[in-house]
Amino acid sequence: MRRNAGDARGAAVIPTRHYAAILVPAAALILLFAVPFANMVAISFFRPVPGGFYEPAFILDNYRRFLTSFFTHVLGFSFFLAALVAVCSVSIAFPFTYLLTRSARAVQVCWLVFFLAVLSLSEVIIGFAWGTLLSQTAGVTNLLVAVGLMDKAVSLTPSFGALLVALVYQALPYSVLILYPSLSRLDPFLAEAARTLGASPVRTFFGVTVPSQRRSIVATTVMVFVFSLGSYLLPQILGRPQHWTLSVLITDQSIMQANLPFAAAMAIFLVALALILVGLVTLLGRERAAAQ
Amino acid sequence: MTNWAKAAFFAGVATFMAAPIVVIAGVSLNAKKALSFPPRGIGLDWYQALVRDAEWSRALLSSVTIAALAAVVSVALAFPIAWFLWRHRAPWARLVMLLGVAPFVLPPVTTALSFLIFWTSAGLYGAPWTVVVSHGIYFVTLPLVTTMIGFAAIDPAIPEAAAMMGADDGTIMRTVTLPLVGPYIVSGFAFAFVLSLNEYIVAYMTVGFTVETLPIKIFNALRYGYTPIMASASIFFVLVAAVIFGLVARFGDLPKLLGAWARDS
Repeated sequence: MRRNAGDARGAAVIPTRHYAAILVPAAALILLFAVPFANMVAISFFRPVPGGFYEPAFILDNYRRFLTSFFTHVLGFSFFLAALVAVCSVSIAFPFTYLLTRSARAVQVCWLVFFLAVLSLSEVIIGFAWGTLLSQTAGVTNLLVAVGLMDKAVSLTPSFGALLVALVYQALPYSVLILYPSLSRLDPFLAEAARTLGASPVRTFFGVTVPSQRRSIVATTVMVFVFSLGSYLLPQILGRPQHWTLSVLITDQSIMQANLPFAAAMAIFLVALALILVGLVTLLGRERAAAQ
Repeated sequence: MTNWAKAAFFAGVATFMAAPIVVIAGVSLNAKKALSFPPRGIGLDWYQALVRDAEWSRALLSSVTIAALAAVVSVALAFPIAWFLWRHRAPWARLVMLLGVAPFVLPPVTTALSFLIFWTSAGLYGAPWTVVVSHGIYFVTLPLVTTMIGFAAIDPAIPEAAAMMGADDGTIMRTVTLPLVGPYIVSGFAFAFVLSLNEYIVAYMTVGFTVETLPIKIFNALRYGYTPIMASASIFFVLVAAVIFGLVARFGDLPKLLGAWARDS
């Protein structure tokens, strides 16, 4: 790996004016990201006042509400849904990305542009598009009616299935883009050796490629899990109220219910969870780097 | 057999990924005011409406303006950090980098909520420029990462040679560093621009009641009455993203930006 140019020129003293280059953006990030975040942590301990305000206090009531059965139910459903989405999208994305990295470069670039375009799409648009695709008037069931498989077009949304499909749709490009670097660096000789020894392509894939990428698969699944936990609009657009997730609840509490302290407490909980999971993945990656 | 299976698998994924886009593209071409597919009559009326309808065109203009300004803010914050990390060896500077990567790793709702609380506490809630600053911070990760990849790709011998020939930091920056890193800065700008254009939750929580960006407008329309303009607006987003990422791929090295080995290795 190339080191930065500073090495080449020796560890010279940093000129004072160079500090401005990093200290100005650092100050901006501290003031506009770290401070608001710390502020949110503080407010999660404040006492909510009806009407959308709060007063300084140090209470744990906002966190205690996590113990209510409504909240634990939402939390359980959010985890279940995010895990299901992660497993579904990684199961499709892994073989897909593996084959993609072995395709011609122009093919790879086309798919990457397409996936980036879909990944950047607003959740509003993905929700609207799937809502239309599963609707009665413009939906996929019209196709089944035309073919003669169904008598009458029906609406497939809102439902759990609609929500799941749209979440997988959203997570699939993300999974592919996370898997892409490690799979494109995969040593081709490993699979070739297995093939030379007489293993079929399918057997090579499941017997050699998948096990050699075990950690990368686990890491990607965790990243996609965290990504899906963050989905805040699809459950509102394509699901029923019982399909609302923690992220929806946070949005609801902060805007509709105007209970900022409780929303903040839930947000801190979500961040803590995300950080723990991402931290575990990073540790896993270090271990892998050390093992090689 | 294997090739056939691979083609079928790719076709399946392509169908799944393209289906919703194809349907809304069809809906956007409807001649009548109906969300039907296949479209009844073909026309570009709903694309014209996107520009002609006062409310929708205002939303379009707000979104593009916010995205362009936010991307400028992101690049302006990211470039000096990336440059410093490349030019100097300072372990503490890695902390600043972490701070720059954090906004993008956290769940979007939490970042949005922290901005909502911050701007409210500062008494600036709803001011249109707050969404520019918020998006600038939120998306700083993208130009930061692309610019760092760009700096890492510079052969250290080149600036070293320039320094040996007597060039000072300013001259090296102008004649060597900027031309080499330029494409990566542009890519970072493009990523930040497209994501800001599509962003909903931060915009909603900061200026949701004063400025209607296009995603906010589509969501409101989704709740209070459908119109095919929603479809033409969505297709506009798909096209913008495809064109911009296509350009990044055409003039830059997309697989490398996304972490694959460079073309020449």
